[in-house]
Amino acid sequence: MKAVATTALALFGGAVWANPQPDQLNLTKGVTTWSGEPYFLNNVAFGVCVVIGIVVFGAMFISMFKFRKSRGAVAEKWTHNTKLEALWTGVPIIILIVLAKLATTGLVSFADTTGSEMTIKVTGYQWKWRYDYVDYQGKAVEKVGFMSKLDGRSDRTRQLGSGMDPGKVTVDGYNTYLLDVDHPLVLPINTKVRFVITGADVIHSWWVPALGWKMDAIPGVINSAWTNIKEPGVYRGQCAELCGQDHGFMPIVVKAVPKAEFEQWLATQQDEAKLLKASQTAQTAPAPKGQG
Amino acid sequence: MAHAAHDQHDLHDHEHHGPPKNFIERWVFSTNHKDIGTLYLVFALTMFFIGGSFAMVIRAELFKPGLQLVQPYFFNEMTTLHALVMIFGAIMPAFVGLANWMIPLMVGAPDMALPRMNNLSFWLMPFAFCVLLSTLFMPGGGPAGGWTMYPPLSLQGESIAYTVFAVHLMGISSIMGAINIIATILNMRAPGMDLLKMPVFVWSWLITAFLLIAVMPVLAGAVTMLLTDKYFGTNFFNAAGGGDPVLYQHIFWFFGHPEVYIMILPAFGIVSEIIPTFARKPIFGYKAMVFAIASIAFLSFIVWAHHMFAVGLPMGAEIFFMYATMLIAVPTGVKVFNWVTTMWGGSMTFETPMLFSIAFVILFTIGGFSGLMLALAPADFQYHDTYFVVAHFHYVLVTGAAFAIIAAAYYWIPKWSGNMYNETWGKIHFWSSVISVNVLFFPQHFLGLAGMPRRIPDYNVAFANFNMISSIGGFWFGASQLIFLGVVIHTVFFAKKKSPDRSWEGAKGLEWTVPSPAPFHTFAVPPVINDDELAHGHVDH
Repeated sequence: MKAVATTALALFGGAVWANPQPDQLNLTKGVTTWSGEPYFLNNVAFGVCVVIGIVVFGAMFISMFKFRKSRGAVAEKWTHNTKLEALWTGVPIIILIVLAKLATTGLVSFADTTGSEMTIKVTGYQWKWRYDYVDYQGKAVEKVGFMSKLDGRSDRTRQLGSGMDPGKVTVDGYNTYLLDVDHPLVLPINTKVRFVITGADVIHSWWVPALGWKMDAIPGVINSAWTNIKEPGVYRGQCAELCGQDHGFMPIVVKAVPKAEFEQWLATQQDEAKLLKASQTAQTAPAPKGQG
Repeated sequence: MAHAAHDQHDLHDHEHHGPPKNFIERWVFSTNHKDIGTLYLVFALTMFFIGGSFAMVIRAELFKPGLQLVQPYFFNEMTTLHALVMIFGAIMPAFVGLANWMIPLMVGAPDMALPRMNNLSFWLMPFAFCVLLSTLFMPGGGPAGGWTMYPPLSLQGESIAYTVFAVHLMGISSIMGAINIIATILNMRAPGMDLLKMPVFVWSWLITAFLLIAVMPVLAGAVTMLLTDKYFGTNFFNAAGGGDPVLYQHIFWFFGHPEVYIMILPAFGIVSEIIPTFARKPIFGYKAMVFAIASIAFLSFIVWAHHMFAVGLPMGAEIFFMYATMLIAVPTGVKVFNWVTTMWGGSMTFETPMLFSIAFVILFTIGGFSGLMLALAPADFQYHDTYFVVAHFHYVLVTGAAFAIIAAAYYWIPKWSGNMYNETWGKIHFWSSVISVNVLFFPQHFLGLAGMPRRIPDYNVAFANFNMISSIGGFWFGASQLIFLGVVIHTVFFAKKKSPDRSWEGAKGLEWTVPSPAPFHTFAVPPVINDDELAHGHVDH
């Protein structure tokens, strides 16, 4: 019974499993207003495949059992059956139309980046990400942006012959080996966030499974995508397009927090940026003449 | 008996034009379709083991989390070369070898239409792969940007010139091979061998050859642009110079999608010959089978961007390519249903070629199912570039294309060598392969769904169990292929059991009317076609 429950959870665990889990069998349902679309489509398409598989493979196994020469089966001569052929051409078309309808709905809603409340610019580098906060609630954000790269513990552990145990790289009991960064992307929940995504050197792909999509980060191209996270949490992903030797070592971490907390965080970041700018100005400005 | 008379002709020819005694003369200067077919098959098998050894390195590194064996860059060289060697070195030459051996025998032709070009198109291949694999021993290392060679990444590599030159040689070889096959099929069929009486294998190769001629030049163009971008200051794919990296992907996949059907259509043909033989019942819906292959070939030209759903295509383009891709399920479904219906009502026996063919139908269909799921663009936003894709294309290429090639080898090796292979070892090879290949690739579906990207040398601990299972399956599958090597060597050189002309009770077709082993020259005089002797002699619908 426990095994059944575990399997069921592994197959349809859904939202509780935003991040990869040991022995996970199915897609995550994700945590955004849109991420249920691929999950739903995946489950419907899988179900359709299972049913067709049972029919087709069932027919094969029955014929392998019934029509064996060793059981005295005598081969028949027919090679054609118009009704049957029309049936197995027509029925798949109907199934495909249903799937196409569902998939089109998902595509149309994904393509709609209008009405966003904030903009994040994501830039892929070999082998780290840069996040720039462009605007929030209609106001431009000044100088909040940072690089985000693999955390130190994972980086030391992943060296060839390090002798360190990847199993020991954990945060709050969750193994974060190769799935943790120094500076996560902080986002507010219940906010439609528009991403503009590009690449600085080669093509990367920005993918957090809990958000339900990936989008290539291509030099010279600006792609857009959006998300609206429903639940606070830490959501982990990885670069999904081969980008050179450390392609496997440039994870993505999104930290989703309540709006108030986010606004506070953003204000602190902006203040720090101002302070930094002020101190830089003080250092580089020529000394006032009066005191010279 | 018409064919008895031909045997005498063959013997007569044999006396005067037997194979040259000199080894170099016989194999290097060969213009004989059978010898060149053998060369292709031996070459493909060699490459299968070289490409397989790269896969062993990959699976060994992925056995558990953490880097244990190789540096990440070398890992990328392995994934890149594994794909290039398996696609261009193993699968494609194996199909060309089968075409060389069997098409003239199946259509009643004395040889390929262009025998000297046949020699050239084979001998380009070993040089192409020496050039490609030599990069591994050079300071800059081998190609490491993936077999798709996407710029700008591929342009960072130092081996791009060697890779491009190797791809050009392979492309020239493929185009010449395709021209030869088309010329043979269209011009050299024996009188009475109408197009709609040809074996499905011949049909599948006729269509495949047109695909090759259509798309290999496109690949040549794409890689030449890479070369000039790297060395001659052009900016086709360099955004800073006004180019577009995505342009390369469009060109590449316009080649690449037909290419994947180049690797599966001849497999459809093989299975369509083997299943009727061992079901002792004519193939169900011959014309539908041929038409389905043609439809799949046509559709392959208008679905390329489904490899690019995550590059940020406009919504209209995504919808078009999604619908077109889903449409492929219809003719492919027809083929699967027809194979099943061919078995239904038959009188089946389960020799090794039949076992591999049945496994092909089931496991290729599983690869087709994941293909249907991948076609759904919003779901592909999750699947794309994960192990789910890796599982998908290995189901269609290993349990699809490679299983069909192995089935063909067991099916025709009595004709090639004159000896019967050892059925017990054939069955051991089958069961060992079919179990291990599923242990190898099935868990990769789960890994992809759980979020493991492809082409990474190391991974989070959450992916550990299924990777270990997959690696065990990988080593097991690799070792199983040594059984195949043993069976082939034993059959050709040591087997005592001779094969009759018609190696299989239910086998039909012209190739079974010549002696086993097939004499050096066959059908010097066109055979008189008797429709009852053909596998598809009575197509009346």
